[in-house]
Amino acid sequence: MTLTVTGLGLTRGSRQLFAGLSLQVEAGEALVLRGANGSGKTSLLRVLAGLTGADVGELRWNGEKWTVLCAGQRATALYLGHTDALKDELTAAENLAEALAFDGVTLPPHEISSALDEAGLAGRHQLATRRLSQGQKRRIGLARLKLSRKPLWLLDEPTNALDAEGVKLFSGVVESHLKRGGLACIATHLSLAINAPIHEMSLGDAA
Amino acid sequence: MAGTFAQPMNSPERGLWITASRDVKIGLRSRAELVQAIMFLVIVVSLFPLAVGPDEALLKRIAPGVVWVAALLSVLLTLPRLFAADYADGTLEQMLLSPYPLPVIAAGKMLAHWLMSGLPLALISPLLGLQFGLNASELLVLMVSLMLGTPVLSMIGAIGAALTLGVRGGSILMALLVLPLYVPVLIFGAGAVEQSMASIDTTANLSLLGALLLLGALSAPFAIAAALKISLD
Repeated sequence: MTLTVTGLGLTRGSRQLFAGLSLQVEAGEALVLRGANGSGKTSLLRVLAGLTGADVGELRWNGEKWTVLCAGQRATALYLGHTDALKDELTAAENLAEALAFDGVTLPPHEISSALDEAGLAGRHQLATRRLSQGQKRRIGLARLKLSRKPLWLLDEPTNALDAEGVKLFSGVVESHLKRGGLACIATHLSLAINAPIHEMSLGDAA
Repeated sequence: MAGTFAQPMNSPERGLWITASRDVKIGLRSRAELVQAIMFLVIVVSLFPLAVGPDEALLKRIAPGVVWVAALLSVLLTLPRLFAADYADGTLEQMLLSPYPLPVIAAGKMLAHWLMSGLPLALISPLLGLQFGLNASELLVLMVSLMLGTPVLSMIGAIGAALTLGVRGGSILMALLVLPLYVPVLIFGAGAVEQSMASIDTTANLSLLGALLLLGALSAPFAIAAALKISLD
């Protein structure tokens, strides 16, 4: 599996976020995006996910061209953005089950429970999500990553609001994903302790 | 390795089901919002006999129009929430990125919206019609016309809600956008009840409502999908 990006350019208003951006990520590799606030990390991830159309350039997955939000892209890419994408009205377990259902994964309740336990939410499965702390909400996202079967992860500041132990947990989840042959693009300002090939890319100054 | 990331089969029916059941589940958790639309309808319709006075003939004549306009406004009241909450917390984005086709998800959201707005309105309408002295067959036509018409209101409304998503002052803009498009539904719906009051065959108007329903069911999901893509870009 390979993600290839060639000649990508995106302008927002009068600001050019990036131009002529090319990159390649292979199976088992992670790409870490660095850059100051507003340098276009989020925009790049949204283009890769298909939420934003680039002005120029193309995305290819295993050589197959992706149009914006094409079926292949939606089946492949898992995007976690700034929002936790959780419903306050639902419990932690329900939120995880719903998110996975929309990823096309149906799991028995005990697998959902054990993933929540492993993410450090033991005893809080049936709590309404609005009662969870910001970090605990992020951990539901971690549990979702663990259970998802999508090969390409696009993560925007995934460690926000996570404590040190949560960051360690996150690194472990990403590492096992890469070991399985998955791909990840991660925008973060932390240096992640992941034992796998990691490429770094700086946005902002290059463009 | 292909096995690790093997994608399960994603049938469109399943996409429709998970979207609709999710929205209904969330809707039932916030029951206050659910009751609001029904209460609005009941109160608005009950104001007319109080304002017009106990003139039975007059009340009966205005009944179809009053109930239909009130139902239309009460559906309009529920529309801003249709996508806005999911848009704000990021779940709408995740639905867009799901392997299920977007029109299927849009159809699921419309279905859930109708189940929680139009359907209860249609079911309660015979009670409201009684206040205006409608007889049994007229009450039946009123309910059937609302059953056929309110899904169309949900469909047209969902297109408007998707187009005005994230726009400041969007709900007024949406009302301006959607209300003119509601006119045919209103004419056929209220027309059917009027015809039944004049003992004329109502099939023509009800068939036209049914035709609007089919047309909406086939085209609205695609329009909503396109509008959502634009709104989230």
